[in-house]
Amino acid sequence: MIAARTQILDAIRRGLGARAVDREKEYRAVTREYVQDGLLDRDQRVELFVQRIQHYDGGVHRCGRGAVAETIAGALSARVKRKLLVPEGFPAEWLPPGFEFVAETNLSYSALDGSDGVITTCTVAIATTGTIILCHGPGEGRRAATLIPDYHLCLVDAQSIVETVPEGVRRIAALKPRLVTTISGPSATADIEMTRIKGVHGPRTLEVVVVS
Amino acid sequence: MIRVGAAAEAPPFDQLARVALSNEQTRRNVRHATDVIRAKRDAAVAELPDWERLRDAAHAIKEHVVSHLDEYLEQFEERCAAAGGVVHWARDADDANQIIVDIIRSHDGREVIKVKTMTSDETRLNVALEAAGIAPYETDLADLIIQLGDDRPSHIVVPALHRNRMEVRALFAEKMQLPGLGSEPGDLTAAARDFLREKFLRVPIGFSGANFAVAETGSVCVVESEGNGRMCLTLPRVLITLVGIEKVIPTFADLEVFLQLLPRSATGERMNPYNSIWTGVSALDGPGEFHVVLLDNGRTRVIADADARDTLDCIRCGACLNACPVYRQTGGHAYGSIYSGPIGAILTPQLQAMEHSRSLPYASSLCGACYEVCPVKIDIPAILVHLRNRLVESGNAPVGERVAMKAAAFAFGSATRFEAGQKLARIAQRPFEEDGWLPRLPGPLAGWSLSRDLPAVPAESFRDWWARRETAPTKPEGSP
Repeated sequence: MIAARTQILDAIRRGLGARAVDREKEYRAVTREYVQDGLLDRDQRVELFVQRIQHYDGGVHRCGRGAVAETIAGALSARVKRKLLVPEGFPAEWLPPGFEFVAETNLSYSALDGSDGVITTCTVAIATTGTIILCHGPGEGRRAATLIPDYHLCLVDAQSIVETVPEGVRRIAALKPRLVTTISGPSATADIEMTRIKGVHGPRTLEVVVVS
Repeated sequence: MIRVGAAAEAPPFDQLARVALSNEQTRRNVRHATDVIRAKRDAAVAELPDWERLRDAAHAIKEHVVSHLDEYLEQFEERCAAAGGVVHWARDADDANQIIVDIIRSHDGREVIKVKTMTSDETRLNVALEAAGIAPYETDLADLIIQLGDDRPSHIVVPALHRNRMEVRALFAEKMQLPGLGSEPGDLTAAARDFLREKFLRVPIGFSGANFAVAETGSVCVVESEGNGRMCLTLPRVLITLVGIEKVIPTFADLEVFLQLLPRSATGERMNPYNSIWTGVSALDGPGEFHVVLLDNGRTRVIADADARDTLDCIRCGACLNACPVYRQTGGHAYGSIYSGPIGAILTPQLQAMEHSRSLPYASSLCGACYEVCPVKIDIPAILVHLRNRLVESGNAPVGERVAMKAAAFAFGSATRFEAGQKLARIAQRPFEEDGWLPRLPGPLAGWSLSRDLPAVPAESFRDWWARRETAPTKPEGSP
């Protein structure tokens, strides 16, 4: 094993021959002339994000800070969802009465599979690509909880919506998370005749509530 | 032993291409699929005003990584281990397969759920697992179609694109024992979901490849659409990830470049449905044991050739396959390798000894479409010509090709001769031309063109046009 490591590294060094000594300086010199910072104002960002999610066949609800619970209630009722998983750290005041909310604390996979869906928050959202990003901290739950259930309702704070991919990636990079999942619409495949089919193994229905 | 699937035993490209071209159904399937992806890709790319600048940045990052690959691999190893991952090094396919079998055996594993990975097709991991009494379950829909049909992948991103819905329906109905199965893609996808779900929730060992390995953080990134990736990466107790050594990138922030280029190039989406990034092991979330196997398998051989080194920049988006007039005619199986299309034509013969796949550098008309669409700007035509030269110099070029190369070298040797040759070719090709494409070449090149539709030499070359333009009156027509 150690022999393999040494052989591979030696073969790389032999193959490369002479090269720049200061790796970090060379890395910093990489030209990055692509668009990094967005130009849209907050309302335009929200509008673009909503359009992009809808393009992926994701559902979108919008509400003010005072109307979150009733918006969630409306979304769940419309989909006939009664029993929802809620990760630790999700704001309790956002949960409407009249539903069964199960605390997601290391439940078994079959328990996760037996729920109607899961409600979470997210860390950042990217408007250009209609992407929500989970770092799996408080309110976002562990990875299995947003994977096994067939329905995912994600609360997106309008302030957490950035415009470009570089803005989103840098916000996440600064937090140094160990786990990251980016979600852009419901799971999908186009493996048969390039026909896009929504809903394979991940949640077949994705909805977001944008809170302004 | 260095291995690229079963490519070492494959017949030459022209023989396989002749077989492929005779299968009308497959040709129609390939043409349809590549037409659809190309249209989506072009639209997704046209949306980004900074596409060329993203390509430039990606090329620069990749070039930088390869020229410091030893340092970045050591950094990745250190950070991944610090986060609780176990890092293994594999010189070749056999090394890698043995390491993976040993890990699974140490857990008395009999089954493993797999995320799509070309790299494990390269090492023929499934053959090694089955020989060790371990059942591999492919979980990507296309890979499942390939596995159940005992077939071979024909595309890097959409491995079963040579199969249409009726063929998949017949296969699933038989293998999943679903006689009443419908043939709509939605029916077939739902059948795959039911077939695999029990395995996701039960099998304790997962296996994946990687799209990116981040040196700065020791994290690994898998890009996917169906959620089968998330299932395999998250639910098992043990996770094993096979990573080609060229997959390392310097920093987490570099993902801002590649996560824009890859989905738009591969499937024409603004972003693919899921990206998973994980770092070592995490308490109460995901596998408690994580192994990374860093694979060489001929990659250091590619590094040693400075003129072809850029081959390792490839991020496996498949855009060059969809754009290639040769691939679109023959499909992937003609290349005799799991890596097909233009990138396969330069990667396969370099990874394994050149003589095993010496026909592949000729499986191209050098039209340049691959370079135009490559998100990391690999100059594939230049590398093809370089590899042809290597074959000629080592005396390994097929005989007819050696003649062709001498003619080409003579023509390219002088601009005047090249232009004269172009004019001659335009005149000489006239009797053979059909709709601007040459279905057959005359004389000693006949065998060569049987498997390729060459773009016809245009009636007027750029240089002719430019010369005419310069000598033409510059005033608008009708002015005094």
